[in-house]
Amino acid sequence: MSMQKTTIAKALNTGLRRAMERDPKVILQGEDIGKLGGVFRITEHLQKDFGEDRVIDTPLAESGILGTGIGLALRGYRPVIEIQFDGFVYPAFDQIVSQLSKLHSRSRGAVKVPVVVRIPMGGGIGAVEHHSESNEAYFAHTLGLRVVFCSNPEDAYWMIQQAIECDDPVIFYEPKRRYHEKGEVDFDAPSAPRDLFSAHTVREGTDLTLACWGPMVKVCLDAARVAAEEGRSLEVIDLRSVSPLDIDAITRSVEKTGRLVVAQEAPSFVSVGSEIAALVTERCFYSLESPVIRVAGWNTPYPASKLEEHYLPDLDRVLDGVDRALAY
Amino acid sequence: MSDTDVAASPSGGMDHHVSVDPAIVTEPRPAADGGPDMVQLLTPEGERVHHTEYDAIIDALSHDELRAFYRDLVLIRRVDQEATALQRQGELGLWASLLGQEAAQIGCGRAMRTQDHAFPGYREHGIAWTRGLDPMRLIAMYRGVDKGAWDPAEFGFHGYTIVIGNQSLIGTGYAMGIQRDGAVGTGDDQRDAAVIACMGDGATAQGDNNEAFVFAGVYNSPVVFFCQNNQWAISEPNARQTRAPIYKRADGFGFPGIRVDGNDVLASYAVTKTMLDRARSGDGPSLVEAYTYRMAAHTTSDDPTKYRVSAEVEIWKLRDPIARYKRWLMSEGIADHDYFEAIDREADELGEHVRTATVSMPDPDVGDIFDQVYVEPHQQVADDKATFTAYLESFEGQEVQA
Repeated sequence: MSMQKTTIAKALNTGLRRAMERDPKVILQGEDIGKLGGVFRITEHLQKDFGEDRVIDTPLAESGILGTGIGLALRGYRPVIEIQFDGFVYPAFDQIVSQLSKLHSRSRGAVKVPVVVRIPMGGGIGAVEHHSESNEAYFAHTLGLRVVFCSNPEDAYWMIQQAIECDDPVIFYEPKRRYHEKGEVDFDAPSAPRDLFSAHTVREGTDLTLACWGPMVKVCLDAARVAAEEGRSLEVIDLRSVSPLDIDAITRSVEKTGRLVVAQEAPSFVSVGSEIAALVTERCFYSLESPVIRVAGWNTPYPASKLEEHYLPDLDRVLDGVDRALAY
Repeated sequence: MSDTDVAASPSGGMDHHVSVDPAIVTEPRPAADGGPDMVQLLTPEGERVHHTEYDAIIDALSHDELRAFYRDLVLIRRVDQEATALQRQGELGLWASLLGQEAAQIGCGRAMRTQDHAFPGYREHGIAWTRGLDPMRLIAMYRGVDKGAWDPAEFGFHGYTIVIGNQSLIGTGYAMGIQRDGAVGTGDDQRDAAVIACMGDGATAQGDNNEAFVFAGVYNSPVVFFCQNNQWAISEPNARQTRAPIYKRADGFGFPGIRVDGNDVLASYAVTKTMLDRARSGDGPSLVEAYTYRMAAHTTSDDPTKYRVSAEVEIWKLRDPIARYKRWLMSEGIADHDYFEAIDREADELGEHVRTATVSMPDPDVGDIFDQVYVEPHQQVADDKATFTAYLESFEGQEVQA
């Protein structure tokens, strides 16, 4: 196959297939993931090829999916769970927070629960309520979990396989409005291009650092291109993992640029962006030329879809944040 | 309407899973005593009640095995008494007493095979005992030394679960794994396995338990839901948890449900064994409601005089699981005075051991806060550990002010 142009959706599908081929203990659980292939078709054809015992259409009960997934993991399986939409994860929140995140430490390492929870996240698709949320802060706040985001097809293909191989539970966010955007993937590369939990500097620059993840990476790259036309050199860091947080990659960049804008779809209040702002202030206060600026979803519930373009940070709002930081 | 009222009403053909020999049960048992459907093989007075379905299972037990049940009952009660006393002396942060529920748990636990797995709540000291788990491991958790850090694989007994109902789903998932391992219905006694998922009457109200019933039913998983109905969820009686009797709920999920006298070790053993055999052979899940009574407070932090009358407790004292079993063993000549004395001595020794081992239990290392949060390193945890270590080291060499 070698280098191919493909979508995030296809890359995830191929990554899941590779993981299932490699390890017979990898099984998929979720609502409508079998015959239908999932509402976003991420698991398309997998049940046909791997059977109903490995691609499990579950009852419509998210806590049930998570709880049984944990039990399967305790029996030695590596369940990959699909939560249909971000806003539907809350019925499973108890099992994730009370059990999944804590079983390893509670047992002082006697048990491992290598469960991956895939969540299509974020807005921008004109959906009804509960289909557009960015709820990563809840899970990043829960130590014992790892929380990662893919933002492009190459990462989608590799990160899903790395998440499945990880012995810790991983919340795996997929930017749903980017599912069908294309990028280059080398399917024949011998190994993943980077560690699952490391940040990736996707554009180098000298004047200001833009930190982002998931669907905001494209927005920030677009913003950096526009800024470059105006003579401003922005560095863009795709965090990829928000727990653990590759804070060293951020501070290295800020020590160079002196300014940081964090861009996220989630509300700014008590968010990953807030944590980054605090850590950067603690760690490189004397390198900062301006306060850390957060460009984020407003501090409200996600609005009705006709208003979402005013809610989601877009290129102009990111550039406005850049202007504010550069004004110091 | 209370649970027991419903149990007393005509069954309307709903109880087809239970076969009670009409020649033996001449008068319906009153609702407050468990109702007419409850399987009882030993009356509170210690008389054997014959049962066409379960007699063979009891008859197959040797006298050694029957005596061993008694030993289990007495020893775990002693552990429980010592732990309660140790909490009162400030040696434990908390204790959840199993007093009154010994027979339900020992019968259930002894019905399990080595390859079976139990998923407990936090009061399953008797089942833990039958799985060979040192009671000191339970006491360590209630002392605050750890969070119940045994290896479930070693004992087929998983971690104590404090969030009510979580373990039913986890146990069901484990049973789904057993199915995928091809360890159901092979006919190989060493291979076929099943799960005991524990819950209490309060837990039956939780969504997780009902979802576990759905999943186990849909996938026909080898799990026996073992519900100890001890009548009280802290201060709330059955009537605040369920309108229908618990065992009848199984019918709506498409699998059998049976109420068993939870103060009768023989009945608990025979019914659980039947249901575990059924699960291992591939016939799917079931619900066993062990009808019993929480004789002590919910935990050592609770005050039951605020919500229940002592007359009720007095009635249940007359149904004590150990007294009735001892009476039966004596009347049948299975155990004699010397045997009971020997067990009492063993209980005294165990009690002494529990006391000494508890007070001499070392505190955990502060590193336990950070270690094993993750399998692989996590930067934020590592950063905090380094910060805390440096903080502690900053005091080294300083004079401690008296």
